[in-house]
Amino acid sequence: MDLGFPVVELPSHDAPAEGDGAPDFVRPLVNDEYWVDTALSSLVPSVVVFYPMNGSFPATYIWDEVEERGWDERSNVVGVTASTPYSHARFLDDRDLGARLFSDPSNSVARDWGIANDLDGMEGVEEPRPAVFAVDADMTVEYAWVADEYPEFPPYDEVEEAVF
Amino acid sequence: MTDEQRVLYRLQACPFCERVVRVLDEYGVDYESRFVEPLHSERDVVKRVSGSRTVPVLVDPETGATLTESDNIVEYVETYYGGE
Repeated sequence: MDLGFPVVELPSHDAPAEGDGAPDFVRPLVNDEYWVDTALSSLVPSVVVFYPMNGSFPATYIWDEVEERGWDERSNVVGVTASTPYSHARFLDDRDLGARLFSDPSNSVARDWGIANDLDGMEGVEEPRPAVFAVDADMTVEYAWVADEYPEFPPYDEVEEAVF
Repeated sequence: MTDEQRVLYRLQACPFCERVVRVLDEYGVDYESRFVEPLHSERDVVKRVSGSRTVPVLVDPETGATLTESDNIVEYVETYYGGE
């Protein structure tokens, strides 16, 4: 992004790299009808999209793009953010999206994955930084991208080349 | 036993649902909780499964039963799983 001034850089992250094991987790997984505690390992292979909480413009832009590119029709796509299941249900209501969304209000999944973003000016609130991982059936990370700037959006073409 | 999971459709903080949960737990009956939304109009899945939009609903593949109304569900659980 060229704005004519330096964009905020995020601190270094500790995310799993390609070839590493993906940390498993169980969280409520929201579809367009209900939510149920679900393990990531029960959904792989998957494209896992960590994103800023519902309502933020990056959330809107990222899922608009995923929807437009039809990732949800080509692969098992799951989102993870700090929003509640109720918020996820409304978010999915407003969209024609085949993806399902994990609810992680404690942000501990993002912390386990080394990609937590402690929000400046929102005391006590954190969320994942944008990140995309392709996880294979053995829970091995096949592709990884993590935002280094704030804001930064996934390299959609690169993800498609690597994943589809 | 079947591999298919017993499912309880429930609403957060719904006393009728909590009553059923208490009885299931009491008899050590495992189940998967599927939470639905407060608005009846948002509960198509429950209608599809049981014919109405009320919760709780228990779907038990072990017996093929789909039950609504907490009175009924509690009676069913006690009858079917309450014995020794």
